[in-house]
Parts: sequence; C-alpha cells; structure tokens
Amino acid sequence: MLKGLCRKAFPKALWVYHVNTGACNGCDIEVIDVLTPYYDAERFGIRLVGSPRHADVLLTSGPVTRQVAPALQRLLEAVPEPKLVFAVGSCACGGGPWFDSYSVLGGADQAVSVDYYIPGCPPRPEAILYGVALALGLVPKKVASEALRQESLEELALGVSLYERGNDGRQD
Amino acid sequence: MLLSKLREALICLRAGRVTLPYPFEPHDPAPGFRGKIRVDPDLCFGCGGCADVCPAGVILIRDTGQLTRVLEFRWSRCTYCGRCEEVCPEGAISMSQEFETATDSADDMVLTLEVFMGPCQRCGRCFPPPTSLEKISVTGFRSDEASVRPGAEVPALHGVSAQATGPGKGERS
Repeated sequence: MLKGLCRKAFPKALWVYHVNTGACNGCDIEVIDVLTPYYDAERFGIRLVGSPRHADVLLTSGPVTRQVAPALQRLLEAVPEPKLVFAVGSCACGGGPWFDSYSVLGGADQAVSVDYYIPGCPPRPEAILYGVALALGLVPKKVASEALRQESLEELALGVSLYERGNDGRQD
Repeated sequence: MLLSKLREALICLRAGRVTLPYPFEPHDPAPGFRGKIRVDPDLCFGCGGCADVCPAGVILIRDTGQLTRVLEFRWSRCTYCGRCEEVCPEGAISMSQEFETATDSADDMVLTLEVFMGPCQRCGRCFPPPTSLEKISVTGFRSDEASVRPGAEVPALHGVSAQATGPGKGERS
C-alpha cells in the first residue's frame, strides 16, 4: 500500500536538491533558468529545497571531483527513499573534456548510480525540462544507441544493392 | 506598502501568461544551434581528423580488421563545440538541431560507425587516404591568416593550391 502511495505521490512533486560537483556554473545557471516563470518547472511540482533530507531528487552538475565525491555519496545517503539522481550537463553525464583528468572521477555515474542523464554543454533549459518530463513520464525517450555501417568488399563484389544494404545496415 | 503590492499585482496581471507551453508544444532552437552529432555513414572515409580535434575525446577509433575501422562516438561527454563538423573534409559529420537527448541509460549515448576502408584495386590491401591533417594544412581551418601559419608552405594536395584557398579561408571569422 505504501508502495502504491509512493507511486501515486512521486509524479506529483519532485523536490530537488542541487549539487554542484565541480561544474563551471553553466549548468547551474540553466537549472535556475528552468525555475523562472518563463520555463516554470514548478508547473510539474519541481522545487529546489535547501536540504537533501527534504529532497526526492539529487540533481548533480559537473564532473565529480575527487574532493567532492565522498560528500556526494553522503548527500545521496541523506536523501530519503525513493530517490532519483539526475546528471545535468556533459560533465555530469560523462566527464566532459575532463573525463580522464587526474582530479575528477569523470561523471556522476562513477560515484553514485544515475537515473537520468541530460547531456548538453550546458543543456538548453528546454532540454532540462524535457529530462524532467521524461522522468515524470510525460514525453517519450527520443535517443537510442546507433550502429551505422558501410558496405564491405564482399557485399560490393556480390553486387548487392547499395541503397538497400545501406538502409538495412542502419538501425536508426 | 499595500499600494506597492497592488501595483505589483497589476503589473503581473497586465503581463498575462509568459510561461512557455514547452514539453507539450515544440520549441525549436535558434538557427545555428549545435545539438547532437549526426553522422552520414556513406560520406565518411575514416581519416580520423574528427578524433584528432575533438577536445572531449568523444570520438574513438579502432581498426577491427584489415579493411574495417570503427569510429565510436561516446557523445555523453560531447561539448557541442562543432570542431568535428568544421574539420571533416567530406562533410560527413554535422551538428543537428536535436536537443531532446535526455535518457535514462548511459548506453543510449553511444554511436558507432563501421567504415569500410577502400583497398587498392591492384594489391587488394588498404591504402591510407591523405589524412585530414594533411588536408587541413592546405585548406586551413583556423580563422587566422593562412599565409602566416607554419603549414602554409606544404605542397598542394588534390590539385588545390595553398594560394587559391588560403585567403578565402583566412577571411573566416
């Protein structure tokens, strides 16, 4: 019953605690932008809260620096269940240009388990809204892993129609 | 005090509705916006110039066979600088306007492209095409003057002379 109640209550209001784990502030500005009346994430019940103990969602931006990684894990422990982790920006999604630097872990998923990735450098406010709407189940997911290929020598030698092969090989 | 609150309320009423109806109606970015990478598999010839210039190291190249080369775009860390699009000699990479790339799985943010490297008609082996960097030294990709760059004296490739292309590219800003 509690689970059902949670499922019913969860899409109504996600309270967000925002963590900067070494970001350049670009993503943070966009996150603030999403909360302004123009984009108005509060329509969906999104609210920034001042303590992780009040939050449902931990929103991280930045490649997780070595200094901040233990703090991030402690923050996640402080968030009550059920909880979600959002990674906003290229740095949080995969480390950005610093993915192999000595002083960062290279992405939020290296320190905590991430539920939703919002890539972009910084992501447009619309892109963050889209990620929120995706988490709430309002919009479908639009990206998938793609595998493209060209024809091999054998296929060329066999005289297989290039146009058809090209379409078969693509999985987009 | 009360008057100022009333005035504020009046201003708010006069402004009307300002909120975008975004997730329910599309809101396209301005032209020139650089979104997710789009790759045309038929144009790429596997020179690897994009991997050379990518600041985030998104593009990984490995040779899987004598005639096949795999380009892996791990675009989760892409910074959307557009250098790959700029440097690609065949125009195989372009930055789309796609920004709705939020996902719940890290595996979705990978694009692989298997390139068939053209072999020599006589010996059947693969020959390396002129690398993108060799082309760049002739055609130029920086916005500074082509004649003052160290690569300006490199002999012309593919029948394109450095003098003919240098000033045109030099004007780019």
